[in-house]
Amino acid sequence: MSDAVIQKNRTVQVLLSLAVAVVLVVVFAWSFHFMRAATAPRLLIAVVAMVVGVGGIWALFLTADHLVAQMPVKLREILRPYVFITPAFLVLLVYIIYPTIRTVYISFFDFTRGGTPQNFGLQNYVRAFTDPALLIALRNNLLWLIFVPLFSVSIGLVIAVLVDRIRWEKIAKSLIFLPMAISFVGASVIWRFIYYRAPFGAQIGLLNAIVVAMGGDPVGWLRLEPWNNFFLIVIMVWLQTGFAMVILSSAVKGVPGSLLEAARIDGAGEFRVFFQVIIPFISGAILTVTTTIVILVLKVFDVVFVMTSGRFNTEVLANMMYNQMFIQGTYGRGAALAVIIFIAVTPVMIHNIRKLNKA
Amino acid sequence: MADSLVIQKRKLRPEEITSKVLLNLSVVAIVVIWTIPTFGLLISSFRTPEAINSTGWWTAVFHPFSQGFWTLGNYLRVLTEDQMGTAFANSLLVTIPATVIPITIAAFAAYGLAWMNFLGRRLLFILVVGLMVVPLQTSLLPLFRLYNDTGLAGTYLGIWLAHTGFGLPLATYLLYGYISQIPRELIEASEVDGTTPMTKFIYLVLPVSVPAIASFAIFQFLWVWNDLLVALIFLGTRVDVAVVTTRLSELVGSRGQAWYVLTAGAFLSMIMPLIVFFALQRYFVRGMMAGSVKG
Repeated sequence: MSDAVIQKNRTVQVLLSLAVAVVLVVVFAWSFHFMRAATAPRLLIAVVAMVVGVGGIWALFLTADHLVAQMPVKLREILRPYVFITPAFLVLLVYIIYPTIRTVYISFFDFTRGGTPQNFGLQNYVRAFTDPALLIALRNNLLWLIFVPLFSVSIGLVIAVLVDRIRWEKIAKSLIFLPMAISFVGASVIWRFIYYRAPFGAQIGLLNAIVVAMGGDPVGWLRLEPWNNFFLIVIMVWLQTGFAMVILSSAVKGVPGSLLEAARIDGAGEFRVFFQVIIPFISGAILTVTTTIVILVLKVFDVVFVMTSGRFNTEVLANMMYNQMFIQGTYGRGAALAVIIFIAVTPVMIHNIRKLNKA
Repeated sequence: MADSLVIQKRKLRPEEITSKVLLNLSVVAIVVIWTIPTFGLLISSFRTPEAINSTGWWTAVFHPFSQGFWTLGNYLRVLTEDQMGTAFANSLLVTIPATVIPITIAAFAAYGLAWMNFLGRRLLFILVVGLMVVPLQTSLLPLFRLYNDTGLAGTYLGIWLAHTGFGLPLATYLLYGYISQIPRELIEASEVDGTTPMTKFIYLVLPVSVPAIASFAIFQFLWVWNDLLVALIFLGTRVDVAVVTTRLSELVGSRGQAWYVLTAGAFLSMIMPLIVFFALQRYFVRGMMAGSVKG
């Protein structure tokens, strides 16, 4: 082939991939409008949506790669990596970096729905630590932060050590891990049923049935302040113990048998072995599990939202933030609460990045 | 353990038998306590509304053959009249692309970060690690307003992209960890005439990375399926778009005492995760462990 022909081929190729890109954009735009129009048949929308959503993303990458492949060698080598990383970076920019900066900015203003940001200052933060309702939310968050990790980790650890010595370990572990598959909403319905107080007739909620069977009067558990916070915390412990158990179980299996044997020969009872050999040996794993659960609990929302909506003094930060942002439309105040949650996790973030730089 | 082998050969002493029995009994007790809540819900969902309201679900366990006790009517009613069927379809429609899209974007990015040289590579990786624990709460408000301005609010596309954004740092980090460990010889051996980074990625890296992809896919699938907050804000509670979690929480609000509706509805919302749990248990545990750090 002569140079002219190759040149011509290349031009055709470039034009072709440009055309494909244009067609893709048009298809995207069209399907976007199509999906927004609620008049189209649902099944059709569904099929179009799936094809465009899943296929579209691949088409995007392949077209971009093809386009770059037509460029002169030098430019091509420079641009190629960006075909791979640009979409991810754009998504991070639009969905995490920009909104986070914007939320921090908003948190310094009086800003409500329909208005504009006014009066730069710390008022939203001052309010967060002085307003009685918010102080209760902070107190409750503290309760959650202390008791959920405490109970899930210690129960998880005890289970991990116990199941290590039985034959049906696998079955026991998977049954305790099972709640991890259930949504917070589903779990909340499960426990609402347990805490239910029938206004008349037989008590069909498990807890009140037990109370009545023992001769007591049925209790409205979710209105029983301040204990109702603990009844909500129980739900999270029930959900998270399986997680702690699995991680701690593999840590416990890593404790050398010779170490345990030596301690036993020295006359240590099982309790001393547990507290003075096993726990120190797996302290790293315990710390990891605790941190993970703390981060999760900091953002607890669904359980409170479904169980009480924060009534009867069970409010927590994340639910309050939701209410202020999306129900009351007090954006500035809600943003300040989001920033407080964010600040609380930054030590973990810094730790992760530091660890990365050491490696 | 070695010593347990020795123990099995000789006869157990009485106190050893007692402690073994006690050990097994206490594990049984824990397992029963952990299972009862879900079990009670499951049993109740198959009882008639009258039976649910007149006796506790445990009576059905002790007298399983009483007449007129069992029914599938609760499910039928919740699927149709209470729109749980639509919600189930919507959940699938939201969850599948919201799993595939972030995995695709993350796999491309992880490959670029692991095997290509470009300006800002290190910085970008640090960014991914740092963003992993950023709580999605700080993103909600600006995105909500952006969605309202662009018309993305209440669309499937909008919620796919939102879940893509929130899941991407973790996905990229996990896939990077796996893809960067692929032996260099394997990558170089595939370099014959005409291979480009893209063909290497599609024909070598992706197939090799299936275990890592599967673990993350399970985690993301369950995360999206079980999510309430993101669905509530970006998709809303209108019955034609609501997913199972938002629908169920609406039912709690509107029919909070109708246990025949709530138990069946809750079980429907759990059935998909439970299928994944029992069918893919090993991957499931691995995925949940890997994903536990998500922001």
